[in-house]
Amino acid sequence: MRVSMDLELKDIPGQLLLALKPISDFKGNLISVVHHHEKKTPRGTIPVQVLFEVKPDHLDDLISDLEERGVRVVSMDEKRYLEHGAVILIGHIVHTDIQDTIDQIDNTGYAEVVDLNLSMPKINMPSSASLKIDAVSKKDLQAVVELLKSIAREKDLLVIEPIESQLRLMK
Amino acid sequence: MKTIRASVIGFGAVGQGVAKVLLEKNDYLRSIGIDIRIVAIADSRTAVIDGEGVDLSAVLASKKEKGVVGTEKISGTGIIKSVDHELVIETTPTNINDGGVGLVNMFAAFEKSMDVVTSNKGPLALKYVELFEAANISGSSLKFEASVGGAMPVINLACETLAGNKILSMEGIFNGTCNYILSRMVEEHASYEQMLAEAQELGIAEADPSYDVEGIDTASKLVIVANAVFGMNASYKDVTVTGITRITPEALLLANVDGYAIKLIGEVNDGKINVAPKLVPLVHPLAVGGTLNVFSVQTDISGPITITGRGAGSIETASAILSDIISLYKQ
Ligand SMILES: NC(=O)c1ccc[n+]([C@@H]2O[C@H](COP(=O)([O-])OP(=O)(O)OC[C@H]3O[C@@H](n4cnc5c(N)ncnc54)[C@H](OP(=O)(O)O)[C@@H]3O)[C@@H](O)[C@H]2O)c1
Repeated sequence: MRVSMDLELKDIPGQLLLALKPISDFKGNLISVVHHHEKKTPRGTIPVQVLFEVKPDHLDDLISDLEERGVRVVSMDEKRYLEHGAVILIGHIVHTDIQDTIDQIDNTGYAEVVDLNLSMPKINMPSSASLKIDAVSKKDLQAVVELLKSIAREKDLLVIEPIESQLRLMK
Repeated sequence: MKTIRASVIGFGAVGQGVAKVLLEKNDYLRSIGIDIRIVAIADSRTAVIDGEGVDLSAVLASKKEKGVVGTEKISGTGIIKSVDHELVIETTPTNINDGGVGLVNMFAAFEKSMDVVTSNKGPLALKYVELFEAANISGSSLKFEASVGGAMPVINLACETLAGNKILSMEGIFNGTCNYILSRMVEEHASYEQMLAEAQELGIAEADPSYDVEGIDTASKLVIVANAVFGMNASYKDVTVTGITRITPEALLLANVDGYAIKLIGEVNDGKINVAPKLVPLVHPLAVGGTLNVFSVQTDISGPITITGRGAGSIETASAILSDIISLYKQ
């Protein structure tokens, strides 16, 4: 997932490197750093905004690590999903471990299943589901639909995705 | 006046439609300097030949009453090889495995330097490049608007009307049977099997519907589009195809709640040819219902252009054959 953080660094040399180290330690992918040296806080610290991607399950450890190093995490925003996609699934969705299907998407770090509507007509009959997926970018949305299609191939599910021109509109 | 001697090989829905359209448009054709004289007609078992011009009304009546076009026992291929004429109107059944008799007929026609106008998808979907090579060598023309999209001007729109534009991609609904079944499943909240049965009862789906519902028909048309419009050297095996047999009424309903219809969409995009059920926003121009067909092309300078129409039917398909004939021989 994508995380934006407002940090406060002590005004002594080497602090920025110190603050960025945990991000790379936890295999985060740094997207941008804005260092507001001129905007010193009343506390005498220097505000820094960082934007990075990281696996969701690493985030807590990363924050503790920052704080152990004396870097203050002022605020954090992890809701950076700009793209919203919809797909329909048909098949034995539940029997083929729906939790695993969702986890595989959520574990990408760049997309998440945010809504799922399941319709099961009769036992042993194929069920249908509509899935809403949020993703960080267009590219990520396409990537996650491809991932879903490969999961679907393994589980013999049919994925119905929006038409190309619609995807282009969403781009 | 230019007299064009022509044969009609295959006298089913489309072949008979051609005969009717020629009867109806005879005066118009003459007014633009074209005199089409049908010198031979063949169905699977019989033929009728008359160098002075076959009586089309009589042949239509004979086919209707006796089930045959005539009494001669020569095959369609035999006619092409032995009867003098300039144009073969090829409307035998589509065979997507080996091209069937249509492929044989087309090569035979080119060998005799004849032109071919056809509605038959099989030969074009399998041997597009080879057919055009053979036609070029003998100076023949091959026109096939009727093979894609019935009355909709798919090929001519992209290749002629939009000349100067680069066609970036195409997507659409190219099979009325699938569109009918999916539209009716939504309306009746009924299963695929039920609505297939209804379509069969109405004559919209064939007794063996697999050609339509498995997406094979759509795929064949897209291969022709890919070659003719996008200059690809594609064959049927290059298409990824998923049909509509697994679609459930629940899926249609869930999609509807989210503002989508589910349609069997064929697309040529980025060098890829793909047929699959897709989500089409209910407000999108491609979201047409019933047996209608529709397609959009994305062009570099004109933007998107969408055409809706009847993708099949005897007279509708014959109209596309007529337009090819006119574009070949109009002076
Ligand atoms: N129907 C449409 O709306 C439509 C639209 C676009 C394209 N097409 C294509 O147009 C073609 C014709 O379609 P259709 O609907 O007219 O099919 P159809 O009604 O089944 O007619 C096929 C005709 O071909 C004849 N035939 C079969 N084998 C033959 C052979 N070896 N030699 C000579 N004639 C032979 C049949 O003879 P008998 O009469 O003796 O059986 C019949 O008259 C197909 O390739 C189809 O895919 C059809």
